[in-house]
Amino acid sequence: MAQKTVEFTVGRNPEMGVDGLPTPSPLEPFDLPEPTLAGEHMLVNFGPQHPATHGVLRLVCELDGETVVDVTPHIGYLHSGFEKLGEHRTWNQIVPLTDRMDYLAPLIYNCAYVMSVEKLAGIEVTERCKVVRVILMELDRIFGHLLWLGTTAIDVGAYTPFLYTFHDRERIYKLHERYTGARITTSATRVGGMMADLPEGWIEELNHFLDTFPATLAECHRLLTGNGILIGRTQGIGAISAEDAVNCGFTGPNLRASGVAYDVRKDNPYYDYDTYDFEVPVGEHGDCYDRYLVRMEEMEQSIRILRQAIKRLPGGPINVQDPHISLPSKTDTMSDMESMIHHFKLITEGIKVAPGDCYFPVEASKGELGMYVVSDGGSKPVRWRVRPPSFVNVSVLPRLTRGHLVADLIMINASLDIVLGEIDR
Amino acid sequence: MSQQAKSGLDAIDEGPVPSDAAGPTAAGAPADPAGHPSVAALIARFGTAIIHHEVSAGDQHVVHVDPTRNLEILGWLRDDPAQRYDLLADVTAVDFGGGRPLQVVYQLWSIPHRRGLRVKCLLALDALEVDSVVGLWNSANWLEREVYDLFGVTFRGHPDLRRILMPMDYAEGHPLRKDFPLRGRFSRAEQTRRALAQDLDKFYTPHDIKIGREPQQVTLPAAPAPKGTGAES
Repeated sequence: MAQKTVEFTVGRNPEMGVDGLPTPSPLEPFDLPEPTLAGEHMLVNFGPQHPATHGVLRLVCELDGETVVDVTPHIGYLHSGFEKLGEHRTWNQIVPLTDRMDYLAPLIYNCAYVMSVEKLAGIEVTERCKVVRVILMELDRIFGHLLWLGTTAIDVGAYTPFLYTFHDRERIYKLHERYTGARITTSATRVGGMMADLPEGWIEELNHFLDTFPATLAECHRLLTGNGILIGRTQGIGAISAEDAVNCGFTGPNLRASGVAYDVRKDNPYYDYDTYDFEVPVGEHGDCYDRYLVRMEEMEQSIRILRQAIKRLPGGPINVQDPHISLPSKTDTMSDMESMIHHFKLITEGIKVAPGDCYFPVEASKGELGMYVVSDGGSKPVRWRVRPPSFVNVSVLPRLTRGHLVADLIMINASLDIVLGEIDR
Repeated sequence: MSQQAKSGLDAIDEGPVPSDAAGPTAAGAPADPAGHPSVAALIARFGTAIIHHEVSAGDQHVVHVDPTRNLEILGWLRDDPAQRYDLLADVTAVDFGGGRPLQVVYQLWSIPHRRGLRVKCLLALDALEVDSVVGLWNSANWLEREVYDLFGVTFRGHPDLRRILMPMDYAEGHPLRKDFPLRGRFSRAEQTRRALAQDLDKFYTPHDIKIGREPQQVTLPAAPAPKGTGAES
């Protein structure tokens, strides 16, 4: 094998030394001849336990020096068989499984699942329930994007935004806890309504959050958007054209960063999203920086939607007034025999859903989240399928990273905003 | 529901109860093809290859197509200027149990025309093979791998048909089939034994192993003794 010897001439030339004396090379203790490695690829295994993979994702990288030749993502380390479990459970018992998938924006998953079942069963939820769900979903869009913002900033070496975003995420956690009693595993929805109405004073707390959160967002903008390091690390990195992005199944902010204005809230609206006044931010280069900008702007738009939703929040019941679907109140159950029997029957037998199948897409924080439910008319689903946005998004990772450096691989992976809970299910 | 079906933890050694529905196609009566522009066009162009058309959940149109012609029909739906289903949102499968055919389900969405369509292929359990659509939509790559992994459907022409969620050396079958018990087919002891005896090679693709295994034969020249400061003093 040919050996290439790197010659260090700096400081070796006697004429360059002080008073004509030779000076030792500053690299002398280490100036070994370099072996040639060009064309020989190295296999490097990232993860599954590695903080920069944002979960238990394992990437087997084929490297040429520091350049990525190919990446093989391996998933399944968090596989819990949720879809199989769902076939053993009644329709309402599945709700707690849904928030364990995307634990970074659990309420969107809770809502999407029951919305699909309600569509199949032909249940029209109350106006108040619709607006409450819009509020919860938009709140969790901010919740999910904040985690993405903080961890991605860490991946390019900026620690401060992480502290700011996690401080404000904590305030959303408190809102979750105040309403549902849980911080992550919210399980807030039921088929035909919510598990409870919003508690007293919750909207005021949300208003307080909305009044103070834009300042945090502006602070992150100041720290990052014009930051030379962030721009250098993200512009032109991991770019994908609009056509390829659609063909690869990209949805959500990742697709919109490539210039395709596809947003389920606008294109296939549910819950009167077409009557809310908001913009869909669209990028043009499809690189990591545009994905960053799109998500930052989406948080601003979510604030706008939240303010409008709070303004139009109607009174009235939150659950549908149908004894075949909604449980009686706990007070009635404990004091009235008829209600007790009603409660018992509904809990033990479960609700019945008309035969058929229904695919219901919603715009989750990561992209198009599709809940596909198949019923044969019984109290359990024949099939409950989740179309996880991150699953399809991360499958494009090899294509995005080829030819980039290893450090860019980390940035590209972070910019896709994946959550392994829903990829593995 | 059959009477002997166990519930809760008692059912852990059983698969889910097969559906009571008469058959996968019996869910909906044939619907009016004029309700969806693509369905009318599909029937006009492909005739008998469009086996069934129904409307589910109020307004979702479902067409059952001949599984031997799925590539041709889906390719036309993607490319025809009046259809342009450019986003393949999902590929999945449904098993109704009881020996009935397995459904492979494609969720299509047309971004330019803002409409969706669900296409299904019914596959008999002894012939679980269908053409891969990775050539049409790249998004099908992992989605088809998942269907292969969890249902055992082989996609002809798929570039990389491996298990994806389950371990590569998983030997208990395809978990989302109705006859698969919730807890798995092997005993807990056997499952533990297999987990402890896993072969590391199974964690890499054959291509990876080829790169990793061929020693690079780098012969580093003998390092000269360090001169100067540190080593001497």
